Amino acid sequence: MKKQLHVDPTACTGHGLCAELVPELISLDEWGYPILARQPVPRGLDREARRAVTDCPALALKLLHPS
Amino acid sequence: MNGITGSTALWYASRATGVVSLLLLTAVVLLGVLVNRQGRLPGLPRFVVTGLHRSISLLSVAFIAVHVITAIADPYVSIRLTAAVIPFTSAYKPFWLGLGAVSLDLIAALIVTSLARAHISRKLWRGVHWLAYAAWPVALAHGVGSSTDLQRGLLLWLAVGCTLAVAGAVTWRLAGAARDVPRAERAAATLAQGRPRPRARLPHEGPASPRRPADYGRPADHRRPATDRLKEADLR
Amino acid sequence: MTYATAAPNLALAPTQPLSPPPGGAAGLPRLLPDRGAVPVDLRTHLGRYGRPPYRGRRRVLIPVMQESGLTGRGGAAFPVHRKLTAVVEAGTRPIVIGNGAEGEPASDKDKALLWISPHLVLDGLQLAAEAVGSQSVGLYVHRSSRLQERLRAALAERTAVGIDRVPVEIIDAPPRFLAGEESALASRANGGAARPAFKHPRVFERGVAGRPTLVQNVETLAHFALIARYGARWFRSLGTAEEPGSMLCTVHQADGTRDVVETVLGTPLRNLLALGDPAQGLGAPSGEAAAAQAVLVGGYHGAWLPASMAARMTLSNAALRPAGGFVGAGVLVALPADRCGIAETARVTRYLALESAGQCGPCFNGLPRIATVLDELAGPRPDRRALADVKRWAGLVEGRGACHHPDGTVRFVRSALQVFRAEIDLHAQGRCTAPRAQPFLPLPADTASTDADWN
Repeated sequence: MKKQLHVDPTACTGHGLCAELVPELISLDEWGYPILARQPVPRGLDREARRAVTDCPALALKLLHPS
Repeated sequence: MNGITGSTALWYASRATGVVSLLLLTAVVLLGVLVNRQGRLPGLPRFVVTGLHRSISLLSVAFIAVHVITAIADPYVSIRLTAAVIPFTSAYKPFWLGLGAVSLDLIAALIVTSLARAHISRKLWRGVHWLAYAAWPVALAHGVGSSTDLQRGLLLWLAVGCTLAVAGAVTWRLAGAARDVPRAERAAATLAQGRPRPRARLPHEGPASPRRPADYGRPADHRRPATDRLKEADLR
Repeated sequence: MTYATAAPNLALAPTQPLSPPPGGAAGLPRLLPDRGAVPVDLRTHLGRYGRPPYRGRRRVLIPVMQESGLTGRGGAAFPVHRKLTAVVEAGTRPIVIGNGAEGEPASDKDKALLWISPHLVLDGLQLAAEAVGSQSVGLYVHRSSRLQERLRAALAERTAVGIDRVPVEIIDAPPRFLAGEESALASRANGGAARPAFKHPRVFERGVAGRPTLVQNVETLAHFALIARYGARWFRSLGTAEEPGSMLCTVHQADGTRDVVETVLGTPLRNLLALGDPAQGLGAPSGEAAAAQAVLVGGYHGAWLPASMAARMTLSNAALRPAGGFVGAGVLVALPADRCGIAETARVTRYLALESAGQCGPCFNGLPRIATVLDELAGPRPDRRALADVKRWAGLVEGRGACHHPDGTVRFVRSALQVFRAEIDLHAQGRCTAPRAQPFLPLPADTASTDADWN
């Protein structure tokens, strides 16, 4: 089943890497915090999404099954 | 310098890779502090800072591996493999080499937890990562005491330079942390800012485009009130 | 009539003869005693209801709760049987915590219930613990020494008589608006600060000490205790088919009086609030309380309704949701006509902003900015971008916090911008209709100033 990107807002400090790595799914608000697309990660962006999750310096980004 | 025979080549290789490892570890610490303070390398996207931090740390592992293996393989001094990981068990210079083993163990913990960071708890990863601030000075002490290389000449200046750089970075980090706004005071700090004043429009085409990360300017910072960086019309 | 001899249908069977269910001809009151706000001691309670009707096995009460349609009375109205089932199926060694930390400044009902009928709540706590198979039970209440003293005394009484199967630990809640939020409760019970947490995993899966945790509002537990005795059909004899039962409300009249009232879901709001007769255009008849201009339904995360609209509505989600409101924890406030609705909203929004846990960027950035602009709108000649800014920020913070604090605040603010639109337009011209500047909506004297205030 397709996974979806979620951010733990209590851990996120607005580094902004995720928006650089997956701009198709993540943009930044005017304060630098991520706005995530409410859709599952499409096949072609799997790798970028997983990289964003691993690279987040705050470990705030997660790939979860839609609940 | 006399001709480098087969056996002394290993000794030279160990010393050389040791120096390079120290340089790489210094770079890793500097980049780590930069990531934590949400700094950037000018003109480069933010993921480059974390990317370099990771790549250079893996590169340093490679150099440390060669440094250890050549030291063990070198027949001139007797250093057993176990002495590389169990501190203070070496026959040759047990204390100084022991520090190297300590540093190696700490770095191993850092690398393993970081490779598995998506699968372990955030607390565990962060807790182990703090050990980096112990691993670096221990590695430096190991380098200074294990041979006289870093005690004179150009390499001494190199060691001093690395020390100053790390000290400066740590100071920057501590000073920044001291200025952080605690959670309970963040909303109040933003309220105290009052009405944001209108700012000049940022140059870009149409709605805020995430493909131009340079336009975002200063990154968000949990640690002090965000000033409005994009004008409202940019976001419609 | 006794059930002792028949093959016990555990779902129905109590262990002693049933006394008649509470509530006179009207079916009320159920939770509060007939004789008014007199605290009920254990002897009176036992004499009235008998001992808690334990079923001897877990899960037995869950179908009863399903049939009764009991939903949470803490504000979210989540079906109780579903929460119980989720906790039972989530793993072993579950924990049950009664939530009495009523962080809402305008709400008094949980405090009143705990003060007057603590034994109903404590019965419900024990029965819920049995239903999920829990041996670890807590009661989460604000750090008010008198209430905690009273509860400890009540627990001591029960221990002396031996009617509690599991000892109850009282857990301190700091005086924060968000302290009663489910994951904040779990954080506090874990020994940390009462700050909300990321919802994965959910508290019912891994809450306190990593164990499945059932969190239930104290009023819900009181209903639980009565349903376990008198059954689902009795519970459904009041209320509507979709929203059965009775509930406690905190009602603030336009003249400033403030009461906890037990009422029935589906009651017309004008029976609870002195709003005047909609057929007569809501003019205040001579001698009556000040007429209301608007009604706040659902507390500070709820919504404003024009008084004329509220007078035609009932206390039910079916009626209120389409208008943007909801029943929530039963807070009803009638705003008198002589106050400024937008100024009141600005005051409360500032409070809500300061009560942010300061964890999530959108919340601690957005709510203070919204509050600042509302302050402007409450004054003369606000900046002409003010409305547009509020709307943008409202859209930005919604759904982007770890808890529903931003969402609830946005709902409250948006409803105010709609209901008090005329007033806002007047302010833009430098005028205000309200003769009185005295604050009406209740707020605590101080908010958190340091991190320690969240412990």
